[in-house]
Amino acid sequence: MATENDVVIKIATVNGTGSASANGLLMKSIFRMGVPVVGKNYFPSNIQGLPTWYEIRVTGDGYQSRSNRVDIMVAMNAQTYAQDMADVGTGGWLIYDSTWPRSKQLDREDITVIGIPFSRLCNESFDGARARILMKNIAYVGAVAALLDIELDVITSLLEETFAAKAHLIESNMQAIKLGYDYARENVVCPLPSHIKRMDATSKSIIMDGNTAAGLGCMYAGATVGAWYPITPSTSLMDAYRGFCARYRVDPESGKNNYCVIQAEDELAAIGMVIGAAWNGARSFTPTSGPGISLMSEFIGYAYYAEIPTVIFNVQRSGPSTGMPTRTQQCDLMSCAYASHGDTKHVLLFPANPEECFYTAPTAFDLAERLQTPVMVLSDLDIGMNDWMVPELEWDDSYIPDRGKVLTAEQLEEMEVFYRYMDVDGDGIPYRSLPGVHPKGAYFTRGSGHAKTGAYTEDSAAYQEVIDRLLVKWETARTLVPKPDIRYSKFNKAAVITLGSGDGACAEALDRLAAQGIGLNYCRIKAFPFSAEVSEFIEQHEVVYVVEQNRDGQLRTLLINDIGADQTKLVSLLHYNGMPINSGFVVDRVLEEIAKGRAAQAE
Amino acid sequence: MSYISKPKVSHPGLPKNKLGLTSRDYEGSVSTLCAGCGHDSVTAAIIQAVFELGIEPHMLAKMSGIGCSSKTPTYFVSQSHGFNSVHGRMPSVTTGANAANRDLTYIGVSGDGDSLSIGVGQFVHAIRRNVNMCYVIENNGVYGLTKGQFSASADIGSKPKKGDANNQEPIDPVSTALSLGATYIARSFSGDKQQLVPLLKGALMHRGFALVDIVSPCVTFNDHEGSTKSYAHTRQFYHHVIDIDYIQPADEIKAAYAEGEAMPLEMHDGSTIVLRKVDKDYDLTSRASAFGYLRERFNAGEITTGLLYLDESRAEMHELSGNVETPLSQLPFDGLNPGSAELKKLQNRYR
Repeated sequence: MATENDVVIKIATVNGTGSASANGLLMKSIFRMGVPVVGKNYFPSNIQGLPTWYEIRVTGDGYQSRSNRVDIMVAMNAQTYAQDMADVGTGGWLIYDSTWPRSKQLDREDITVIGIPFSRLCNESFDGARARILMKNIAYVGAVAALLDIELDVITSLLEETFAAKAHLIESNMQAIKLGYDYARENVVCPLPSHIKRMDATSKSIIMDGNTAAGLGCMYAGATVGAWYPITPSTSLMDAYRGFCARYRVDPESGKNNYCVIQAEDELAAIGMVIGAAWNGARSFTPTSGPGISLMSEFIGYAYYAEIPTVIFNVQRSGPSTGMPTRTQQCDLMSCAYASHGDTKHVLLFPANPEECFYTAPTAFDLAERLQTPVMVLSDLDIGMNDWMVPELEWDDSYIPDRGKVLTAEQLEEMEVFYRYMDVDGDGIPYRSLPGVHPKGAYFTRGSGHAKTGAYTEDSAAYQEVIDRLLVKWETARTLVPKPDIRYSKFNKAAVITLGSGDGACAEALDRLAAQGIGLNYCRIKAFPFSAEVSEFIEQHEVVYVVEQNRDGQLRTLLINDIGADQTKLVSLLHYNGMPINSGFVVDRVLEEIAKGRAAQAE
Repeated sequence: MSYISKPKVSHPGLPKNKLGLTSRDYEGSVSTLCAGCGHDSVTAAIIQAVFELGIEPHMLAKMSGIGCSSKTPTYFVSQSHGFNSVHGRMPSVTTGANAANRDLTYIGVSGDGDSLSIGVGQFVHAIRRNVNMCYVIENNGVYGLTKGQFSASADIGSKPKKGDANNQEPIDPVSTALSLGATYIARSFSGDKQQLVPLLKGALMHRGFALVDIVSPCVTFNDHEGSTKSYAHTRQFYHHVIDIDYIQPADEIKAAYAEGEAMPLEMHDGSTIVLRKVDKDYDLTSRASAFGYLRERFNAGEITTGLLYLDESRAEMHELSGNVETPLSQLPFDGLNPGSAELKKLQNRYR
């Protein structure tokens, strides 16, 4: 095969050997040559010693999802060598450490095997076992650079920036890179037929993971209290928030913090803290993952009924139960939509990539405070922990947080009497008072039955009045949440609906299907409850493929349940093996469904 | 929970506090607990303590979980915000509320089921963080609302109304708090208002986590012969160790204390606690000796009461995490958002 800026490199290593920084260096070097990249990290739930892979998709076309093929495999892990060799596509290349002999039985005729003695080269040049292992992983960056025509100057300047404070590390890393680079140039015809060529397609972009973007978004949104319990894959969200706050939220005069991060004893406490802080008027949030949502459910129902703004980021991972903590899925749609006992339903937001994680943060706080209810941002491991190339983030300095219907001391003073749960404006959203503002604002916040006055009740009519008013609020939420992203092709009978990280794969699949003469309309949902536009979109089509990353078609169920979508139209295309969805899957499944439809018609 | 509001009756002769308010201004709704419930006496003691301290009603936050005890915040200071949370989770809500606004005075009212069983995790971690709050446990050894099951504070050998005596070790909130480093630890009895009110005042004004464990008998399910949490048992076996008088910063110490019998201790807010040493051998600043003493008296079947431990030096949650003095909820947005130019700059690290 021979391609330019369309190649997939997969690197197989052992975790805990420094390969993460080597892989990041490789990916960023390509990005700095102006060529769009997609990086995916497939890592074990482990700290050291288990197999791990990093996949870099070089995509001159700028697609955002992973590819389901491998063109170049860098097989640095003997444990997985057989599988890694099997994964290389026909016409591809396999690079291995030729210091030691390998089993010829595994050889394949349809790929090219390139041996580079990484261990020998590093053993000759570096002292100490740890340094030799680390440098071996840097050396393959050099070899791949030579094979793909990545500019050494770009790598050098990246290393200089990374190790600005540790000059000796720049020298040793560069030496290791040169070992691999020179060996490849001397022993292999470089570059390979599939390689990289400088472009100008990344200058307005950044490389960021979704958790960093969401943490940054929380800081920009004015969040002051964050409470959490560590859980993969959401931990780095709070790490990011705390890191940004340490830099931008320290009062210059007193040296004290304009934020408070509390590591809770469990998720039950984390959500309690968030609710307590929000009740008291602070923008507060918690990042978590599926098991955390299960634990938080009782409190989520409380916040729904007592009407307290609550922001939760759920970075989803594969379930059920502990599941696969380092693999991705969109499996918590149902458990979040209806979290807690009793009649409850919650506003959900679905960012599709790190860029949207950043912008969704202020939206989540605005909606939570406007609606006085829990708002959950449903990201996933693929978005949260992988490096995505996204457009540079921007901030509108005219942004003013929407704090919702909060009464001031002056307003309370003028009121004859304040009742917490009255629907004064007809939108189902009552007025709120904050503690410490005015004695007239006092009320008793409770999860037990209450009347619109806020008083405890066991009276059927008074209870039901409040419960029914919450439905009015739900309909208001429907008009306030972000509208779907809808794109029409020239054909209008069939369509694809997806959400969140399904976007990249679907967008690419639609291009590929269009190239085969199959035009599909597209609706990417951004929020629950579903806006009127989603209902209209489904009504316009005969067949709607619902693409999502869970086993049970949870988005499809929500569509049927929330807007009464015609279930005979909704065909589920489900990808739930824990790997991020790819466009090939969507293309293949759509073609299968079309073939099935034709066969049915022929009968 | 009560929904019967108490009629406001004006008594021109009622004493007024520094805000010009009378104790009636610190009342709440009519209690719906059983007649004779210890909790109602605790409610009365809280009203008196808050009134005498002259806390502005809207600057007090009343927090609770679930259970008979957790209903009581409706029965005092109706002009304060209350938060009746979920079972066993009052500590986390209070921690978050306090993180957002450190200017309010927080009183959490919990029970032995709420704090020592379902909520024991949150109870101990609030202590570890030294959340600045007054934490009241109305301790009666049983679950009242579900009709009389033992709680985790039931003593070995204590008999229920029906069935077998308890045979599991009780969790003692006082020694638990002592082992975790709580900075103000007291125990009292709902029937001893004279001892209880000053202890509550000290707890409300203490900077840090203040525990007041109050034996508060359940007249319906645990006040019979053979119960170790009954009125009769408590009266018979309770033992004052150190009583206190609480004196506010502005007030002079008027009472005359005989040398060696009383010791004034200045608190963080400038107020004074005068320790009236009933048991002269007791050292309330030593965790080790307090622990030993408590075990010894417990083994002798006594219920030790009074101010049992005090540490005014340890930093509370905000100090430990280095937060600004201004309540976080009141910080203007301008100071929280670095703006578009800074966003552009910081992204250079992501290229």
